[in-house]
Amino acid sequence: MAAVCPNSEVECIRRILSGEKQLFHDLIRPCERSIYLLLLSLLKNVTDAEDAAQETVIKVYRNLHLFRGDAQFRTWVLSIARNEGLGRLRQLASRREESLDAATDDQTGDHTPAILTSWREVPSEALEQKELRELLRTTIESLPEIYRNIVILRDIEEMDIRETAAALGISEGAVKVRLHRARAMLQRELAPRLKAFAPKRKGLRWGRA
Amino acid sequence: MRIDCKHVWQYISAYIEGDVDAVLRAEIDRHLETCEICSAVLDSTRNVVVLLADDRVFELPLGFSRRLHERIDRELGPAVDT
Repeated sequence: MAAVCPNSEVECIRRILSGEKQLFHDLIRPCERSIYLLLLSLLKNVTDAEDAAQETVIKVYRNLHLFRGDAQFRTWVLSIARNEGLGRLRQLASRREESLDAATDDQTGDHTPAILTSWREVPSEALEQKELRELLRTTIESLPEIYRNIVILRDIEEMDIRETAAALGISEGAVKVRLHRARAMLQRELAPRLKAFAPKRKGLRWGRA
Repeated sequence: MRIDCKHVWQYISAYIEGDVDAVLRAEIDRHLETCEICSAVLDSTRNVVVLLADDRVFELPLGFSRRLHERIDRELGPAVDT
C-alpha cells in the first residue's frame, strides 16, 4: 500500500510527535483492516470489534512516543489491539464467571484432513458469490479462538510467521503448529462443501467467456 | 524410505509455506506423484489458503474507516499543525 507518509514509519512518527499530528491518519490507515479483523476474531461481534478498534487507535496515538523502532509498527499496533480485545473479554468473562483460558495447544481435536481422490480448483472469481464468502467466514468463525487468530493474521492478512508470533505474543513454533492444525480443520470442513463452487467440468472456464 | 500418507499430512502446512527441508520436500514430492489422495488434500488445502487471502472474504463494515478517522480527528483536536 502506498503510504502518504514520507520516508518511513519511524520518520513519520517523529514528525507526528514534533507537531504534525494530522500525519497520524496516514500512519494508521494501512493497519486499520488488521486491527479490526484481529478484534473481530477475539470479540466475535462487529459492533464491539469496531468500538475496540477505535479505542486501540486512540491508545496507539497516545502511546506513540513509546514505540521503539525495533519491531514493525503494525506488529506493535496489533499487540495493543490484542490487549484491548483481551481486556474486554476478561471483563465479559468476570461478569459471566467463565474462564478464558479454556483452549490450549494440548487440545487434540481432529486434524485429519477430509479425504478426497481429486480436487477441482475453486477460482477466486467464485468469491463474487455471497454464499461462498459466507461459507468461508462462518467456517473461520467456528474455529477455536487460538486457531482463528492465527488464520486471521497469517492467511487473511498475510502477515509472515514472525510478525504473527510477535503480534500474538507467542513463539514462531506455536504459530506453525496452530497454523497447521487450523488449516487442517479448515480443509476438513471446507473441502467437501467447496466442491459446489468449482466450475462444473474440467476444462470449462469459470462463468461465461 | 517411503513416507506414508499420515506423514505427508503432518507437513501439508509447512510444505505450502515452503518450510520443509530439501530432503523432506523430495520425499513428499515423490509420494505426491503416486498418491492421488495426498495430492487432492494438498491442492484443496492450498485452494482454501488462496481463497482466504482474498480481501472479499472479510470486508470492513460500511463507514468503518470514516468513523475511525472522525474519532481520530476528535482526539487530535483542531487541525492546525504547529
